[in-house]
Amino acid sequence: MSDATQPIVAAQSATQPTVARRGRGARVRRAFRTYPVVSLTLLLIIVFGAIAAPWLAPYPATHGDLRARHAAPAIVGADSAHLLGADSVGRDVFSRLLYGAQVSLLVAAGTILIAGSLGTLLGLVSGWYGGWIDEAIMRLVDAMNAIPVVLLALVLAVALGPSFALLLGVLALGQWPAFARQVRAETLSLRRRDYVQLARVAGASTGRILGRHILPGVFSTVMVVATNQVGTVILAEAGLSFLGVGVPPPTPSLGGMIADGRLYITDAWWISAFPGIAIALIVLSLVFIGDWLRDRLDPTLRQLE
Amino acid sequence: MLRFLRKRLIASAIAMLLVTLVVFVLARIQGDPRALYIDENMSQEMYEALGRELGLDRPLYYQYWVFVSQIATGDLGVSIHQHRPVADIVLERLPATLKLATAGFIFSIVIGVPLGILSAVRRGSAWDFAGRTFAVLGHSLPSFWVAIMAIFIFSVQLRWLPAFGDGGLDHYILPAVALGWAAAGGQMRLMRSAMLETLDSQYVVLARAKGVSQRGVIFKHALRNALLAPLTFAGLTLGSLITGAIIVETVFAWPGLGLLAINAVVASDYAILQGVMIVITFFYIATSLLVDVVYAWVDPRIRYE
Repeated sequence: MSDATQPIVAAQSATQPTVARRGRGARVRRAFRTYPVVSLTLLLIIVFGAIAAPWLAPYPATHGDLRARHAAPAIVGADSAHLLGADSVGRDVFSRLLYGAQVSLLVAAGTILIAGSLGTLLGLVSGWYGGWIDEAIMRLVDAMNAIPVVLLALVLAVALGPSFALLLGVLALGQWPAFARQVRAETLSLRRRDYVQLARVAGASTGRILGRHILPGVFSTVMVVATNQVGTVILAEAGLSFLGVGVPPPTPSLGGMIADGRLYITDAWWISAFPGIAIALIVLSLVFIGDWLRDRLDPTLRQLE
Repeated sequence: MLRFLRKRLIASAIAMLLVTLVVFVLARIQGDPRALYIDENMSQEMYEALGRELGLDRPLYYQYWVFVSQIATGDLGVSIHQHRPVADIVLERLPATLKLATAGFIFSIVIGVPLGILSAVRRGSAWDFAGRTFAVLGHSLPSFWVAIMAIFIFSVQLRWLPAFGDGGLDHYILPAVALGWAAAGGQMRLMRSAMLETLDSQYVVLARAKGVSQRGVIFKHALRNALLAPLTFAGLTLGSLITGAIIVETVFAWPGLGLLAINAVVASDYAILQGVMIVITFFYIATSLLVDVVYAWVDPRIRYE
């Protein structure tokens, strides 16, 4: 919330240069206004926790201790060896959270990588060639918007059985149109630039122009779309895992944990509650970082805040 | 207008074609469709006759054609478990899903639009902060988690609202909020930025200069133009609400298509899943097409894009 009001505040301080120039406190406040410090810190902690899960997790993620079944979370003051409680087979919620975040982030990164590459490629081709190629790709983009990805995932899971490859494929299928649309728009404006025309006159091949001259130009757009979409992907993956067609068990996933705790909500609310908070924190920090990145790299997309 | 309509229709046709193609290919991957009809009284001759009847001796593209024409006539096959035509089962469940999606839609408009206006008019105030917090939380919290927590708090702890099933108006409150929160947040943000933009425009400045009251400026001048924004978003929302209902229904045991689909996943009843997929895609496309046409009619600029 604080970084959203940043342009207004920054404009005010620019007219009063004497107010905030000196002192450490002023510099810190300035940093907080200019960068999404809280979001970045939060995301870094989560990413670190996810990567270091094997070393940080106090208990194994997939093996439970039945004596600890529904142990209350120590964080709310219960006398318990489990920081965030234990689930219905005595598995430590905190440990599973770390591993679950790892899986979520990996799936999200993989999806963005696949969807980003495919979308960027099709967007470049669409914007560069124009004509019927452009028409065909853009109609396909429009059509993709009408296909319910959740249902597609259900159908595929029943027909082929749930797997990681399927999960990545389905999620990427839902995400590439966003990349293609933005990259196409960017390519359309770049191809008319003088330096691109000059490269053409100099005899550069189409592949070289696209790869060397246009691609670097659309890179910042791709980054903006990517950060804005990561949150969506994480939510979509959690939804699919919640329905039982996402991350295949016994690999812990945040969505799957929420589904596990659903039946025991009256006895052990913590099984479902904490994974949801974890998802929200990841997505929230990504939203703020995405907004900041968008304002930084692509001011044309900025909306009035 | 015609060009715009043609584009939209082509995209819709591609989407429908893709969905039926995917469903068809997956059905064939699953194996011999005659397997559904086999019982102990079936002879080899009957088996082969059935193959000819279903067109299995013909090339695949012909089989696909038969499949599509069957769908076009409303024949979605027969459920293995319920021994009833899928079309009947799906149509039975459709109203519940549409009711839930409508409830979510109403929530998103009734909460999102006024909150957006308030945030824009009182920009920077506590109202603005609250509105934006509401919006960003709606965007980051998984709907199914909100649903489970809402049941825990309002049904289990406070006993204010019913937790499960379809019924009176009170049965709609929790599902509508869980389903519509994200959409309400989206509406709020869009409404807010559209309102800020029009409040910033020259004709509003002129109206102010003429001495029009604050109320007059907001409701007569700014709001009328700003209201176009939530209208565009409405099409997207309706589509996402229908698919979003799939997940929310499973939490609230809401007797709609989502619950039907999930039970079909558990029972591996592919025919039902395929029916749900086709019907939901059709509704998705039809609503977004309708909204786009209305939008083009209201805002002439879109027709010339």
